[in-house]
Amino acid sequence: MFVYILKRLLVAIPVLLILIVFTFVLMYAAPGSPFASERGVPPAVLANLQAQYGLDQPFHVQIWRYLVALLTEFDFGPSFIYRDQDVNSLIAQGFPVTLTYGFWSFVVAVLVGGALGILAAVRHNTWLDYLAVGVSIGAQVLPNFVLAPILVLTFTLWLGWLPGGGWQGGQWQFVVLPVIALSTSFMASIARISRASMLEVLTSNYIRTARAKGLPMRHVIFRHALKPALLPVISYLGPAFVGMITGSVVIDIYFSTGGIGQFFVASALNRDYGVMMGITILLGALTIFFNLLVDVLYAWIDPKIRY
Amino acid sequence: MFATKSIADDLAGSPTIKGRSLWADARARFFRNRAAVAGLIVLLAVGTFAIVGPFIAPWNNEDIDWTVLGNVADGGRPSFETGHWFGTDALGRDLFARTVQGTQISLLVGIVGALISVVVGTLYGAIAGYFGGRIDNVMMRIVDILMSIPYMFVLILLLVVFGRSLLMLFVGIGLISWLDMARIARGQTLTLKGKAFIEAARATGVRPFTIILRHIIPNLLGVVIVYATLLVPSMIIYESFISFLGLGVQEPLTSWGALINDGAAEMTNGTLWMLAWPLFFFVITLFGFFFVGDGLRDALDPKDR
Amino acid sequence: MPLLEITDLTVSFDTPDGVVKAVNGMTLSLDARESLAIVGESGSGKTQLAFAILGLLAKNGRAAGSVRFEGQEILNLPETALNKVRANEIAMIFQDPMTSLNPYLTVGDQMAEVLILHKGVSKRDALDDSAKMLDAVRIPDARARLSMYPHEFSGGMRQRIMAAMALLCRPKLLIADEPTTALDVTVQNQIMELMADIQREFGTALILITHDLAIVAGSCLRTLVMYGGRVMETGPTDALFEAPSHPYTRGLLNAVPRLDIPQDKLLTIPGDPPDLTDLPAGCPFSPRCPVSHEPCATVMPRLESFDSARLRACHASREAVA
Repeated sequence: MFVYILKRLLVAIPVLLILIVFTFVLMYAAPGSPFASERGVPPAVLANLQAQYGLDQPFHVQIWRYLVALLTEFDFGPSFIYRDQDVNSLIAQGFPVTLTYGFWSFVVAVLVGGALGILAAVRHNTWLDYLAVGVSIGAQVLPNFVLAPILVLTFTLWLGWLPGGGWQGGQWQFVVLPVIALSTSFMASIARISRASMLEVLTSNYIRTARAKGLPMRHVIFRHALKPALLPVISYLGPAFVGMITGSVVIDIYFSTGGIGQFFVASALNRDYGVMMGITILLGALTIFFNLLVDVLYAWIDPKIRY
Repeated sequence: MFATKSIADDLAGSPTIKGRSLWADARARFFRNRAAVAGLIVLLAVGTFAIVGPFIAPWNNEDIDWTVLGNVADGGRPSFETGHWFGTDALGRDLFARTVQGTQISLLVGIVGALISVVVGTLYGAIAGYFGGRIDNVMMRIVDILMSIPYMFVLILLLVVFGRSLLMLFVGIGLISWLDMARIARGQTLTLKGKAFIEAARATGVRPFTIILRHIIPNLLGVVIVYATLLVPSMIIYESFISFLGLGVQEPLTSWGALINDGAAEMTNGTLWMLAWPLFFFVITLFGFFFVGDGLRDALDPKDR
Repeated sequence: MPLLEITDLTVSFDTPDGVVKAVNGMTLSLDARESLAIVGESGSGKTQLAFAILGLLAKNGRAAGSVRFEGQEILNLPETALNKVRANEIAMIFQDPMTSLNPYLTVGDQMAEVLILHKGVSKRDALDDSAKMLDAVRIPDARARLSMYPHEFSGGMRQRIMAAMALLCRPKLLIADEPTTALDVTVQNQIMELMADIQREFGTALILITHDLAIVAGSCLRTLVMYGGRVMETGPTDALFEAPSHPYTRGLLNAVPRLDIPQDKLLTIPGDPPDLTDLPAGCPFSPRCPVSHEPCATVMPRLESFDSARLRACHASREAVA
């Protein structure tokens, strides 16, 4: 197991490096100076600014400096728009917010979705099954950017139960709607995947063997069927994580939660390359790390995988 | 060898065996599926709306109706008298015309994006699966790596760096979505590779790329069609997502995502039609594609027979 | 009192293509320690018969009639009551050993849970017993193998494990559904020897379900031939092989390739297995039967006894069949 983890880590590191270099090259190749958008900057001042940020250096010097700062001090460099801010301080500000509602969304999606899907399969062709199927079909066409306005319309404007935006240090009222908006479509996908795989597992030969052994149904489901039924769900966790990180951008924009996505879109609109690059790399690293976790989890559950 | 003749005679003599092609069989199964047929009808209706819409709309999608400007909440509501069948947007532009236009863009991005990713993914997967061994290993490893990157951020990066254009959107969305297709195509190719007709082609000296194009790809068609149908809605969702963030299509062009964003921004002013119309088209189209895709899968998947 | 008594059992499945009638009025009885082979080609309903006995039919399946075990009705019992019979009184070995063991649990866990559940023993004792049982089915180094997963065993080994697992609670009846079909020929013989040993050592009654006449001859005292979900004939295995009294049995025997007689070609029974959604009103074999005549397609012949221990269901005379 240890060797397996080590092997996966060895693959993850070059991937991360490729991502960093790719992003940097993209930024470097971007036409125009990051400061060019500010009109009326005299050439002398511009040159001065460029020199101050090290942008007058040749490419290899720039990328070397960036990599060294990033890898030794976790320094994502400066923002080119907000002179008094660097990327690290923006991340420190936004990341805890994203992490909070992201975590809860993930928990809700996996627990509710998994439970719903498995119950639906066990109670195949009952009202519970139809409900689960209905919910997962319905949620397919309600991605977060569609669901968010509908939620605000219903719970804020009509019912007045929950605030339609803001964060307030993460009080629960402010977390509920973002979590629902972000988690629903993934919850539905997980419900659909786990239902389908549970149904398939329940018709498999080894489940029939388990029943022929006189094991109670509860025992058959929890000990014999649950593990194999959850394997496809585990494979989906990686894509779901990426989807949620992407979705957090919508949540931040729509609910003004102040998460990292808000800075990303703002920097994209302002062409603030430093911030964009920093956030892309941070989220890429997170994703790579999470996929590693998922792989390890999968290998741990499935005895057929050799490490 | 001597047995062959008698079997052939038997077959010739038996009138009950009638050739029914796989595709005819699948078509019959598809049309028995009511949800799939309903989905197909919805899609045809939305398609007609997008094509015919511009010719019947009384207003142009760029013109501002100055009579309703400043009083959109009241004068801009949907009505037959003003000719704004779907109402107007916050700037007094006709929402019917804009929804038609948004539908065109969203469908276009969806279909072109799906096509790009299907072509790239199928070829890539078929090549990896056919050659196998080290080539396969390296190629699929690359897919794994690309899959673990938050592609939406990279796409936004691309859009910002190279400028926002429809072409960039097509290419960007298509190029990040071929990964799943590549995996599916590879898996199918691996099973096809062992079949006798591929061996036969190889034994008679047909070149590998000819085998891939002439024998492998046509046999992947069923899976590809199913997957492409299911890919279109996710392309539409991607595009809408980007447009929702204001990073997609540029005014005066619009798309469902941009319209939904505009509508959502005006929600508090009581002009709900601005959200409702694009949302309605978005939702029914996605439903349509999902149902048609599921229907096709059931019809073309030999597993359930 | 017979150990197992099945009377007029029917099994049917609701499918989109209509009702599939897998078993149609089966009647049989089996004494303790007796061995019975049920023979028929695929689609003859023999596997569904076994599933019906233990209540393992798929969800769209229905069973009617009567199955008595030691005088107690067990057909269509609620799941909780059936669970006391399963493995404890009647155990089963399945066709495909590659998929019949749970690939995600160790062999030891899968065996021990049977004892923990039915006998209430501790996990340690259950594992001890399991190891002994693996020894008994001649799996070398049994103790260490308990912590291995099914995919680490060969097909024949897995079928031995299945047998060991089935015997843990010392059931009175063992139903083996095509235990050798998925295995190599050499392994097949080993498994059949194992079946015979089990019967001798544990005093278990055995129902062996198979399509392979070759393995029946040496293993079971009595044979029952099934077709279209019905009994075609039954009797002592030797007598039945010597002088089949039913045209279907005759056809099956002719289809077994023989080395001792020069043969030009393999004999087969012409025609297809019966369409279970659309069985003839009479004998299901009549469309393929070489001696079929007037009433066969419309009137089902009754099971009639002859030669004291044999039963046959055929309108044709025994002379005509021979």
